Amino acid sequence: MDIFLQQIINGLTTGSVYAVVALGYTMVYGIIQLINFAHGEVVMIGAMVAFTVITSLAGGTLPAPVILLAGVLAAVPTCMVIGYTLERAAYRPLRHAPRLAPLITAIGMSIILQHLALLVWGRNPMAFPQIMENPVILVGGAVITGVQIGIILLSFTMMAALTWFVYRTRFGIAIRATAENVRVAELMGVNANRVIAATFVIGAGLGAVAGVMFGTYYGIVHYTMGFTLGLKAFSAAVLGGIGNIAGAMVGGILLGLVEALATGYIGDLTNLCRWPGLGTSSMLAERCVDGGNFVVFGSNYQDVFAFLMLILVLVFRPSGLLGERVSERA
Amino acid sequence: MSFLKGRTGLIILGIALLILPFMLGMAGTAWVRIMNFAVLYVLLALGLNIVVGYAGLLDLGYIAFFAVGAYVYALLASPHFGLHLPFWIILPIGAFVACIAGMVLGAPTLRLRGDYLAIVTLGFGEIVRIFMNNLSNPINITNGPKGVNLIDPFHIGPINFAKTDTIAGLDVSGPIKYYYFLLLVLIGVIIINRRLQDSRIGRAWVAIREDEMAAKAAGINTRNIKLLAFAMGASFGGISGGMFAAIQGFVSPESFILNESIMVLAMVVLGGMGNIWGVVAGAIVLAFVPEILRYTVEPAQMALFGHTLIEPEVLRMLIFGSALVLTMRFRPAGFWPETRHKRELVEAAEK
Amino acid sequence: MNVPMKALSLSVVTAVALMGCGKEAPPPAPASQAAPAAPAATVVKIGHVGPLTGGIAHLGKDNENGARLAIDEVNATNPMIGDMKVKFELMAEDDQGDPKVGNTVAQKLVDAKVAGIVGHLNSGTTIPASAIYNQAGIPVISGSATNPTFTEQGFKVAFRVVARDDQQGPAIANYLLQNKPKTVAIVDDATAYGEGLANEVEKTMKAAGVKVLPREKGTDKTVDWKAVLTKVKGKSPDAVFYGGMDATGGPLLKQARELNMKAQFGFGDGACTDKMAELAGAAAEGLACSQAGIPVQAAGAKFLAAYKAAFNIEPILYSPFTYDAAKLLIAAMQKAGSADPAKYLPVLAESNYDGASGNIQFDAKGDRKDAEITIFTLKDGKVAPTAIIKGGKSLTLDEYAKAAAGPAK
Repeated sequence: MDIFLQQIINGLTTGSVYAVVALGYTMVYGIIQLINFAHGEVVMIGAMVAFTVITSLAGGTLPAPVILLAGVLAAVPTCMVIGYTLERAAYRPLRHAPRLAPLITAIGMSIILQHLALLVWGRNPMAFPQIMENPVILVGGAVITGVQIGIILLSFTMMAALTWFVYRTRFGIAIRATAENVRVAELMGVNANRVIAATFVIGAGLGAVAGVMFGTYYGIVHYTMGFTLGLKAFSAAVLGGIGNIAGAMVGGILLGLVEALATGYIGDLTNLCRWPGLGTSSMLAERCVDGGNFVVFGSNYQDVFAFLMLILVLVFRPSGLLGERVSERA
Repeated sequence: MSFLKGRTGLIILGIALLILPFMLGMAGTAWVRIMNFAVLYVLLALGLNIVVGYAGLLDLGYIAFFAVGAYVYALLASPHFGLHLPFWIILPIGAFVACIAGMVLGAPTLRLRGDYLAIVTLGFGEIVRIFMNNLSNPINITNGPKGVNLIDPFHIGPINFAKTDTIAGLDVSGPIKYYYFLLLVLIGVIIINRRLQDSRIGRAWVAIREDEMAAKAAGINTRNIKLLAFAMGASFGGISGGMFAAIQGFVSPESFILNESIMVLAMVVLGGMGNIWGVVAGAIVLAFVPEILRYTVEPAQMALFGHTLIEPEVLRMLIFGSALVLTMRFRPAGFWPETRHKRELVEAAEK
Repeated sequence: MNVPMKALSLSVVTAVALMGCGKEAPPPAPASQAAPAAPAATVVKIGHVGPLTGGIAHLGKDNENGARLAIDEVNATNPMIGDMKVKFELMAEDDQGDPKVGNTVAQKLVDAKVAGIVGHLNSGTTIPASAIYNQAGIPVISGSATNPTFTEQGFKVAFRVVARDDQQGPAIANYLLQNKPKTVAIVDDATAYGEGLANEVEKTMKAAGVKVLPREKGTDKTVDWKAVLTKVKGKSPDAVFYGGMDATGGPLLKQARELNMKAQFGFGDGACTDKMAELAGAAAEGLACSQAGIPVQAAGAKFLAAYKAAFNIEPILYSPFTYDAAKLLIAAMQKAGSADPAKYLPVLAESNYDGASGNIQFDAKGDRKDAEITIFTLKDGKVAPTAIIKGGKSLTLDEYAKAAAGPAK
């Protein structure tokens, strides 16, 4: 039971990081139906900037929480500027271009950002300073660290704040109106360009926080880290129903949980030596002797399970878990 | 298209293509290899063009079919299973298996559109690669991350594609032989593509791309026609994969990563979706540019600044990324867009 | 629609033209600047290949430095081959750790008619490229490719001066076995290197009658090991072996300690660097790890000093081996009196050479006879050698230094 609980906590933490990154994808997609492929790199740069600030302040006289906050406060505006630049330079000129054109620009921007980061921070993996005390709580035999609790709480807070912002403020109404129909929104006096730029900026700011979460939790940053993280988060956003804030959250957490539980249990479930009858059958007996194993799907298939779940969900709910049913022409 | 009508142009092009490997060979056999890879990429891009360009189905996992073809060849013509079938048997098998894989991917995803389809195909591509990387245990099928080595080269009668022969005083190296073979396949594929484009099927694809509902209403069996696009595209990928395995003599899962799918897609989009010559040019440019940069970036910096200011590999990627962005900025429909292809994929802003 | 044709033929023409340029541009290696200084000498090219970009670029550069140092040293002595005055030139290439690029680069070196190759770094690129070298008959000595397959292909030209996975695996496994574990978990990063090494460890463990848990795997980019570790923890192993690099090994170790795992951890050479302490912090203390070969610290003092003087940094991992590999090639050429691979290859196979990494002789396959393995433990943030295993015997660093100093003088 303690193992199961531990896996749930593992999944929740990872899922929370995915969810915050997924919010960035979903914000942008919701409003202009663009997969901002470079978002993962924005998260990476957030982590890198925080790394630099925290490393240079660590060892000084400032208390740890202040240093961490300084890292976040440096990373968020940097990423916001990058998000804004991305929108202005790479996507806005292509807003009426064929659908695939901005996808290619996004890939191009992602390559550029990654290699600029390589130039600035080098190619070695770097240790993200572990400055915070990391208290450990034992719950039913499972270990929960302070950082994990912090990540989970923070991501839910950010989602709640974002939901409030989008549904309860004037600017939020403008965002939703633009997402519904750009032209009509403009007729109603919404400055669509400003609204679209704002979603990029907000998404990038959230991404920066996610980058700091990543660095603090795993203790490592690298210029290639954005790609895999972005991919997972994008899958999470699609899983939940892209364009939907709660969907990104649900998708992220579900993806994290499925990864953890699949890794934790499917290997043992598909260990044919443990199947009654099979383990002693002539074909497997040789392999199963003396506590031998015959695992068909081990933890090596972790990503396969994640993608399979995604495919299954999409086959039965083509717009994701919480996505609205989009018309065929969407 | 008037391209084939210009007879002198065709003859000049033909002669240029025939003597090209020897000219490249003078600069080094490495360049012939690079050319061969470029042709392989052209084949891949043409295959993907059927799916993305004609039928408008965004596929981000296309490299999986290339991988399937490569592994079929590797397993049937290497010491791994001790099988050594001749290439003219394996290549069709590879195309067939890839074709099945294409339909396996296509069938459940028929209802999905646009970006949802993109993420599912992406997932499919990753799944195929992960299986290849892990099917060494509990039963060894693919030899896992170690890859399959010592794959048989092509043999036609006494001609061994891995060895150098001297014909009429000319040294014909292995890569040159493969070049001619690839060229033949390429011509075949281009002819098939052109015939398809102007056929009922080709028009049905375009109809689906432009408006699936209308296509359905016009009596097109959209399900079968979409499946056919996946199957055809996948078969081309499978054939290319088989040739890749033979040329390399070695396959391992790391050759089939997501970046490769993205690269092939970039070739299609950059060249001009739906237009065969655009796609061919896009693939050749994107395959050659990084290699040319490899040979020129460092000497250029040495000449300009006297020392290496930015590491060549990094600069190479920066230039490459910028090229993608700038091309799309100024030619959003690619270098040579299809003439009737004004709207490309269904455009959301049109609503 | 005339555009495509023009454009196509234009692109072909430019491509050809550019290639011409590519060829005319001289290779920018520093060696070429020095070349005109000795106009009478014939240039003999030696190739080096390793990843200079990507995740393990720092190791690739280290390897290249080793080979470069060897060649610079030899050139300073006005070398002769037979009665011909020669100058050696290093052609350093980047294979990005990608087999496809590795083959292209290998072909480039064959085109350039190099006399011999030092490299590649990764087994994954060395193995396919060796087929190209074999066809061209050019000897290739790797200082770091540890996968047994490299020398099992029956290629006469393939040599290695470093220990194989099936020598390193048993060594670290036996070290872990000293604490008499009952249950052992083995994790790898699903790469040719990590899995290959992990398999060898598993074999030794099983032979010793230890219960080995089902293999767990991540990827070479995995940073989240919590789920895997939680599962492993549930089966309470006494020792855990991980086959992978430091960038993934660091987070693995850190997270294991966060989960309160008390097991002894053992890593292979890819994660046997000082970086481990940095990435895993205090959690890294007590980690045991192995390196194929003798520790950099035990390499000839002369080599260490020369390396530092030349590059102003400390050698990292395999540079003593690539240094020896380059010297071996040159020594064989000089002994055979020819830089023609066909002539000096048999001499190379018979080498008996005292290098920075100890005495080197090759067996029939091209593997090093009696290759050493070093076991390190992580103490106070640094990996420190605790034992050198040679010919099945475990020696301390001092004992080894004494033994090595004797015959070398």
